[in-house]
Amino acid sequence: MNMHFLSPGHRGMVMFLVTLVLGAILISGCTTTNPGQGGAQIPPTTQSPSLPPHNGQKLILATTTSLYDTGLLDYLEPLFEEKYGVDLLITSQGTGKALEIAKRGDCDILAVHSPDQEKAFMDGGYGINRRCFAYNYFIVVGPAGDPAGIRGMAPQEAFRTILGKGKAGNPGIFFVSRGDNSGTHSAEKNIWKASGYNYTSEVQRSGAWYIEAGKGMGETLQLASEKGAYTLTDEGTYLAYRGKLNLVPIIEEGDLLLNVYSVITVYAKNQPVEKITMANNFVNFLISPGIQAKIGEYGKEKYGKGLFIPMNGGCMRFECDCTTPASETTPSSSFPSLSSR
Amino acid sequence: MNEIIDGFVQAFQLIISLDPEVIEITARSLLISLAATAVASLVAIPLGGLIHFREFGGKRGLITIIQTLYALPTVVAGLFVFLLLSRAGPLGFLGLLFTPTGMVIGQAVLIIPVLAGMTLVALSGVKKTISDEIVALGATQTQAILTIIKEARFAIIGGIILGFGRAISEVGAAMIIGGNIRGYTRVLTTAIALETSMGNIALSIALGIILLGIAMVVTVALFLVQER
Repeated sequence: MNMHFLSPGHRGMVMFLVTLVLGAILISGCTTTNPGQGGAQIPPTTQSPSLPPHNGQKLILATTTSLYDTGLLDYLEPLFEEKYGVDLLITSQGTGKALEIAKRGDCDILAVHSPDQEKAFMDGGYGINRRCFAYNYFIVVGPAGDPAGIRGMAPQEAFRTILGKGKAGNPGIFFVSRGDNSGTHSAEKNIWKASGYNYTSEVQRSGAWYIEAGKGMGETLQLASEKGAYTLTDEGTYLAYRGKLNLVPIIEEGDLLLNVYSVITVYAKNQPVEKITMANNFVNFLISPGIQAKIGEYGKEKYGKGLFIPMNGGCMRFECDCTTPASETTPSSSFPSLSSR
Repeated sequence: MNEIIDGFVQAFQLIISLDPEVIEITARSLLISLAATAVASLVAIPLGGLIHFREFGGKRGLITIIQTLYALPTVVAGLFVFLLLSRAGPLGFLGLLFTPTGMVIGQAVLIIPVLAGMTLVALSGVKKTISDEIVALGATQTQAILTIIKEARFAIIGGIILGFGRAISEVGAAMIIGGNIRGYTRVLTTAIALETSMGNIALSIALGIILLGIAMVVTVALFLVQER
């Protein structure tokens, strides 16, 4: 193409395209700068040279919306980054999606809350060093009038009552489900199972009373509030949303409402050992006494009570490990997937 | 209603106070979407020109496919690029998942059909008589093609604005490919989705207003280029 043939109008367009390309080069340059430094809540001292230099290592943590949306991980992130000089990149995805990303080798650490799904993940040889680090309780919330009359019941009995009255066509009885394969959705399914129902054949699509939102916890709460429905929620998201909802806690007690959060080092065959070691550092960081204390304090100022109860080494009743330092770098030979060969 | 008013007030405050996190997110949105528009333009405009100026079998079918892809859902474009860039995917060795560069690729894939299609429309809009005339005046084929492109440039820039608008406003691909990582891949749309799910409605609306504001700045800038 002869450049001199270009009219001034053409030159304008060429210049514009050049500008766009420069933009493209700029952005690819940006990817090599230190991320995680620009947050308003991160003190500028994280860039001070007296701290361990960022060695450019990036560690991707995939976590669940109910854990991330409370702000806990944003609060812990700079503490970990300062201690180890790495960039901790946190993506919040919902437990089902987070586990899927981990299986594909796209993240280095998991922080999730769905024990059954986690066990299947561990049995598949995808993870090592699973440690529980905190818990809280799911709660059943609903309209203050409690149209199904479930206040004071155990979760199973309450679910049976809602289902019975809903299926019978009583007006104004609704239950909103996350319906998104999240940790909270798994917990809900466990309660249906414990109540004696087959979830897919007896609960799903059994009538207008059962609403599958397919959304995050915040949106699900809003939907329940609009419909005057019951729903199962983690306490943290409910507290964060409380002011905008016409929902009150109806049921807050019951073993099935226990919500245990675990951290897992993701294992992938071609993963460099430094990555695994650094991920193990994060596991050890979360179960360390100092950070456990910080987890217990988190949210007290804003909500009047802590959002998470740290394990503090006492997790016998949860049948999980919260004390052994994370040191494995490969799945132990006791894995079913390996020993069955 | 109060939340909408609060949103405007908060948007104003965020802009006035130059909140560093908001500025950072806004700049990132702008850079990623401009880069995606640039990459898409470099692919789509020559592609549109090629399709317009060449005759070949299946041309009508190809144009139909391009126009159908205007409706490509952002989540599907995102998933497609996610599967390509994932460690378990064919381009996994590049390590581009959950990076701004990955997001540029995703948004470019999303808007290439729109840009190629708009280029085709723009070139078709040039009156046949103009090209006939200049050929009659003794112009070579190259000269004729360049004249047509010159005549069509306003409409092509219109297509670029449309593509940029689709890129900066989409949330599906940005969320799936970028992962909404704070300080790294969080852009205005994914921040809006997060703040909404956290119940910070006014802040979401404020960020939406800022997004529209920078879209206006870019549109005006492109018009100024066009006026030259």
